[in-house]
Amino acid sequence: MRSQPRAECPSRFDFSASANSAIAVRRVRVSDILQVIALDERVTGLAKPDYWKDALSRYGGSRLHDRAFLVAKRRGPQSESTLLGFIIGEIRAWEFGSAPCGWILALSVEPRARLSGVGQSLFNAIATEFKEAGVNRMRTMVARDNRLHLMFFRSEGMMAGPYLQLEKELD
Amino acid sequence: MKLQISSQIAIFALLELAAVPERQLAVAEIGEKYGVSSHHLAKVMQALARAGLVRAVRGARGGYQFCGNARRTTLLDVIRLFEELGSAEGRSEKWEATAEGVALREVLTEMDDIAGATLGSITLATMRKLVGRRQAYTGQASVISH
Repeated sequence: MRSQPRAECPSRFDFSASANSAIAVRRVRVSDILQVIALDERVTGLAKPDYWKDALSRYGGSRLHDRAFLVAKRRGPQSESTLLGFIIGEIRAWEFGSAPCGWILALSVEPRARLSGVGQSLFNAIATEFKEAGVNRMRTMVARDNRLHLMFFRSEGMMAGPYLQLEKELD
Repeated sequence: MKLQISSQIAIFALLELAAVPERQLAVAEIGEKYGVSSHHLAKVMQALARAGLVRAVRGARGGYQFCGNARRTTLLDVIRLFEELGSAEGRSEKWEATAEGVALREVLTEMDDIAGATLGSITLATMRKLVGRRQAYTGQASVISH
């Protein structure tokens, strides 16, 4: 791991106006990463510990002015016990000719905590991050057959953007 | 892409009814707003009732009431009650067996997949939010008021 996440900054990460006041959203900590790995494995059926440890380093430990790795926990005495979800985002500029824009690179919500505002709290929190960093647009990419994620992002007001993703099988 | 009239009417009617689920609206009230004949709208409402999305309410102020799940019912769910989506669903043309036909089919399938993903990801609740946003821009009332 190249670097450790810095301590969270309460003034910037007090999302008291999040979608659900029972949910607290804050910067990721090193101690969260095992829960992130476990949640992702439960949701996707595939363990990727190296990927998430690298993500912790890249999005939780460096260039924090334009990168965010946020986790959602329940507020209260048991608040640090269970991870409810996480979101990762980064401001990217001029790739594909695009003006600076906040990208949501990953979003996952604990299946047992769905439909309780966790995803919306994370979405709102990262939108706040992007806005405070000076961008006025956010974007993500979702598999066409991932109806759950598509419905979620649509419900948050996201529409098709001006780009088409193209790919090719390499012979 | 163009939807059949019945699909469009069904979406408009559901958006009206889902805006205030406890309220019932007469077919004529919805028809008047969208310029649709009561006869055509009545047929559409019957299909929506069979699908469990609305229920008929009898009485002096009778009409239809929304009874579906607005957060789970997508535009695709509604449209499929009235039409098959797809550029050439069900057809079997001679050209389809040619290499040119297969290549064209590949492109049309890509378009169909994108249309299906779009319509299948937008729920009635999301549409209501879109309507609300448009209303905020234009200042127009978004639902029928008695």
